[in-house]
Amino acid sequence: MNIRDGVREKLGDKITQWREISRRRIYLEVDKKDILEAARILFLELGMRFATASGIDTPEGIEILYHFSFDENGEIYTLRVLLDDKKRPEADSITPLIKGAEWIEREMWEMLGIQFRGHPNLKRLLLADDWPQGEHPLRGKE
Amino acid sequence: MSHKVIVPIGPYHPLQDEPEFFQLYVEGEKVVDIDIIIGYNHRGIEKLSEDKHFDQVAFLVERICGICSSSHPYAYVLAVEDILGGEDKVVPLRARYIRTIIDELQRIHSHLLWLGLAGHFIGYNTVWMWAWKYREPVLDCFELVTGNRNNYAMFKVGGVRRDLKDEDIPFVKKALDELFPAVDMFRGAIMDDPVIRSRLKGIGILTREEARNWCVVGPTARASGINIDVRRDEPYGVFERLSWNVILENDGDIFAKTVARIMELYESISIIRQCLDEMPEGEIDADIKDVPAGEGIGRVEAPRGECFHYIKSDGTNRPVRHKIRAPSFMNVASNKVGAVGGTISDAAITLAAVDPCYCCTERLAVIQRPGNKKIMNGWDLIRLSQEKTSRMKEGSRHND
Amino acid sequence: MNLKLKALAKSLWVFHVSVGSCNNCDIEILDCLTPRFDVERFGILLAGSVRHADVLLITGAMNRKAVVRMKKIYQQAPKPCLVVACGTCACSQHMFRDSYNVREPLDKILPVDVYIPGCPPKPEAIISGITKAAAKLKGRR
Repeated sequence: MNIRDGVREKLGDKITQWREISRRRIYLEVDKKDILEAARILFLELGMRFATASGIDTPEGIEILYHFSFDENGEIYTLRVLLDDKKRPEADSITPLIKGAEWIEREMWEMLGIQFRGHPNLKRLLLADDWPQGEHPLRGKE
Repeated sequence: MSHKVIVPIGPYHPLQDEPEFFQLYVEGEKVVDIDIIIGYNHRGIEKLSEDKHFDQVAFLVERICGICSSSHPYAYVLAVEDILGGEDKVVPLRARYIRTIIDELQRIHSHLLWLGLAGHFIGYNTVWMWAWKYREPVLDCFELVTGNRNNYAMFKVGGVRRDLKDEDIPFVKKALDELFPAVDMFRGAIMDDPVIRSRLKGIGILTREEARNWCVVGPTARASGINIDVRRDEPYGVFERLSWNVILENDGDIFAKTVARIMELYESISIIRQCLDEMPEGEIDADIKDVPAGEGIGRVEAPRGECFHYIKSDGTNRPVRHKIRAPSFMNVASNKVGAVGGTISDAAITLAAVDPCYCCTERLAVIQRPGNKKIMNGWDLIRLSQEKTSRMKEGSRHND
Repeated sequence: MNLKLKALAKSLWVFHVSVGSCNNCDIEILDCLTPRFDVERFGILLAGSVRHADVLLITGAMNRKAVVRMKKIYQQAPKPCLVVACGTCACSQHMFRDSYNVREPLDKILPVDVYIPGCPPKPEAIISGITKAAAKLKGRR
């Protein structure tokens, strides 16, 4: 069974949208309550490597993209999660599962204001101590 | 009650070109914890990208890091070309050969740079001087081909900016021919020296399991037995057309990381030679005018590992979002397991072994604790590391 | 001329500080020590501590976190101490001047004596800049 079918089968109806935009780029959307389970399936069960995550402020909400790389064939599976409450965007942290996610979640917290529930060390990573609280550089203008 | 000593390394230290500040918690000789704080180099590049048009972004990202100066623009243009259909569809073949040559020359200069610094950290200053001396002809090649020793301004969406002239090829080939025996010399000096072996073997081990959990990349991962290399897993440039090997070691210690980098030098020399021989005539630029709306991901195997760029475009001439993830972002975080458990005298070389590029990562580490503390600075740490090597040399002399 | 200054100018100890650079300039500065350029034959050394510095060689675009420390370092350097801005980032902040994390340029914070533009400046340019700094020092009473 190839990896694409494997992802579809294991994630089942957690996938709310599936887009193959090119030969090696697959974007799948899941609900924010399923993020930890989806990450667990991709990282532990299917053996993918967590490459990075990126957040972006959109009119619909704060969107997080978790990029997982399947190195055996060079495909990247990107989990898209939309946090529609822009005043208090919250998501489950995947750091307890994947240690390599610790820093990127801290960065997304300070750049976009996303609260990661369960993160062991959610404090500033890049910004100075005298950077004003509550101001997030990558948020769009109101 | 143990006496905890805090050893700050940095932020301003003569041999650390980049301001980073590690705080090691030590008990006696052993490192029990490490805090890594970053941010001294953070220049807000992802935000700046949103105000520049696609052509300008290539110049901006080149200056994320001086050492991997071609990896970031390459990953960036690959991300944009991903939106356009992929490098192999958009970029002319000659341009892809030139890109590969620049990328591999950069790997050579970066590994030699690291070799020199590592040599200095363990007290072999001659290795430092010689590694950097042999780096100079590589920089001369860059200057000849691109016009600058660093910051090449070669990459643009759809191709490269300058051609590699036929009359320059003999110079590059000659530089590589002279480099080959030098790499042999380094390999002999480092791999056969019993003191270096005992100094580096078994130190700073990152197990396969830890390497996977911390999602490390590059030679740091390959030294721990994780078989990943973007050049083979998702080929770019012309790597698919050439014959080369991925270097894999299994011990995960600093010696393995050193060996991995030295062996990669041989592979890089071979790759460039093949490119120079096989490069066809043709265009070097596809002359792209517009970038349609979409999302693209580009990645290259920088000297330190996978360099990952994500671009979101809405059809205008500026990116909506540009996410940059440098390899050191993953690798330096893994120092939390690599350095802890070792001794202070090994700390300097362990932290350097992942080949950290702080400007890529924008990090700092500082921890201060009131009360019972003894402060040593980074200079002391390197001195401790060099003294350990001297003691080992003395020891081996007595054993003869 | 004052003997101390004359002796100083003959052997400058340079302390290198990076306040948010991409590291290119820093590597080129280190390159000056290597066999091809070898500044040590001019008596120029890279100092281990700012207390020994005659010249502060500063690279980088003035990252926000670094401003306070930069000022502290300048205070700690024994005077006379020359400030040399190495690289376009230190001279004028280069393309980072609009960034949210970059403060005012170096010469608004410290008195800069010599500017070495370039991205990065070649080792020859850096050596030339340091010797101009030495000449400036000789010109003082």
